[in-house]
Amino acid sequence: MSDDDEETSTEPEELSHKQKLEIAKWFLINSPPGEIQYVAKDVKAVLKDENVYEAAAAEAFPLYNKSHMICLQLPDRSGDVMVTSFSEITEDEYLDPRTAQVAVVNHVKQSCTEVRPASDEELPSAYVEEYRCAVDAEISKYVGEAYPKGVCSVYSSKGKHVEEPGSNFELVVVILASRHSPQNFCNGSWRSIWNVVFEDELQIVELRGRMEVGAHYFEEGNVQLDAKHECKDSTAFQSPDDCAASVMNIIRHHETEYLNSLQKSYLNLPDTTFKDLRRKLPVTRTLFPWHNTMQFSLTRDISKELGIGK
Amino acid sequence: MEAAMGLMRRIPPKHSETALSALLSLLPHHSSDLLSQVDQPLQVLCDVDCGKEFILCEYNRDADSYRSPWSNKYHPPLEDGPHPSPELRKLEIEANEVFAIYREQYYEGGISSVYLWEDENEGFVACFLIKKDGSKTAHGKRGYLQEGAWDAIHVIEVGPEEEGKAHYCLTSTVMLSLTTNDESSGTFNLSGSIRRQMNMDLSVAEGHLCNMGKMIEEMEGKLRNSLDQVYFGKTKEMVCTLRPPAELVQMRLPDS
Repeated sequence: MSDDDEETSTEPEELSHKQKLEIAKWFLINSPPGEIQYVAKDVKAVLKDENVYEAAAAEAFPLYNKSHMICLQLPDRSGDVMVTSFSEITEDEYLDPRTAQVAVVNHVKQSCTEVRPASDEELPSAYVEEYRCAVDAEISKYVGEAYPKGVCSVYSSKGKHVEEPGSNFELVVVILASRHSPQNFCNGSWRSIWNVVFEDELQIVELRGRMEVGAHYFEEGNVQLDAKHECKDSTAFQSPDDCAASVMNIIRHHETEYLNSLQKSYLNLPDTTFKDLRRKLPVTRTLFPWHNTMQFSLTRDISKELGIGK
Repeated sequence: MEAAMGLMRRIPPKHSETALSALLSLLPHHSSDLLSQVDQPLQVLCDVDCGKEFILCEYNRDADSYRSPWSNKYHPPLEDGPHPSPELRKLEIEANEVFAIYREQYYEGGISSVYLWEDENEGFVACFLIKKDGSKTAHGKRGYLQEGAWDAIHVIEVGPEEEGKAHYCLTSTVMLSLTTNDESSGTFNLSGSIRRQMNMDLSVAEGHLCNMGKMIEEMEGKLRNSLDQVYFGKTKEMVCTLRPPAELVQMRLPDS
């Protein structure tokens, strides 16, 4: 279809630059897991305005990348870096605590362009690092077993420069499993974030978990799963290795339970949940008598005559 | 236009209204194309004459008013809004009555409306609409759903009668969203929309309503089934690919 008559006097009010920018950002940020590049291509085509697109992309990609916790390969292939708000040093720089490197990220291309060694200021103290490293080892083992394409990272967030027992500190465990198969019209991701707070005075480790699972199937249609769950647990503050083992066990337990509850939700669909929208068969358990709808008007006439109509 | 449809295919179905209005404001030249190709959740109005609700769509709209299938009047009132011919109106009244019973039997609640109008080539077009709120605070009989919406739009083009037969072309869309929510399993939401077409040449001996009804019943069954089995099934498959259930992991262990 042609758009030759742009800018004519009958044109409905042209959107302002700012309105276009907001719309473009909204589409980009709401892209399903792994689909922002496809959405970006369509947004660009719909906008027909390179400047607005560039501005929207520059704002939306970092937000999307962080909320989806995308995982990028380091340019020297020494490892991966996860783009999250916990690893963020500046908007373009993300810490990989496992290799103690900082990756420079191109958000729009979703690639990592260079790495540099992390500075002491960016890394946790030796005391915190011992816990972080132990938890990372246990979680990596667990993620390797539970998620065929899973990646994980453990960050020190609050109290990262605590040098010795006596103060609280906090670790954040992030887990991502994503699968993109556009050729099968299907994409999905599992994201978990676990805040692990080491409470020195109470000698207790508190865990707060947030799991989010999304899936999109779009062959001749558009169907999406959006599931979220939060939970809490705690364990005793012990040596780094013991803490790491119990933190991993708690996470494994809750994530397994959550998977079970997702399975149960799917199992309940056909006969309970979905039935409240539409039954498979009518209440009469036979197909609707379209060939004999006269019966309904007869019944209606009779009830009207008898005065028992609704 | 292609890019706009691409976006509608990707954006979460629960945001489809926002997405459509955003596209309409970006592409005012394509507004009629967008409105005809993108289905949006159905709205209802109350017929002031009989107090019954009816469903709004492009087919009962004129200017900013909508014709009720119950009183045949426009809401808000509109002078010279188009009406179907008396003959077609008779069929429309019957179709609304019968379809309401059909809806009650399959949906145990909800609202339905049927609109008929003449088309250019001696046939007519019928639009059958169903809107059901299956949440436990509305018509969800079993009370499982925190939120649950089912909107069905069936448009049938009926060709002119030839040698006792007529051609029927049915285009159906179902949009739905269901959410369960509880302490132990969090929120679980599935939402989506699919659209399908069906063509048939049928004898008109049993009447148009019978033919249209049978086609709609068959189509709704197919759509419900493919949403349940195929579409929801694919998202479940995806979850199990991301994190295989324990029994699958154990089955694979001997290999590794």
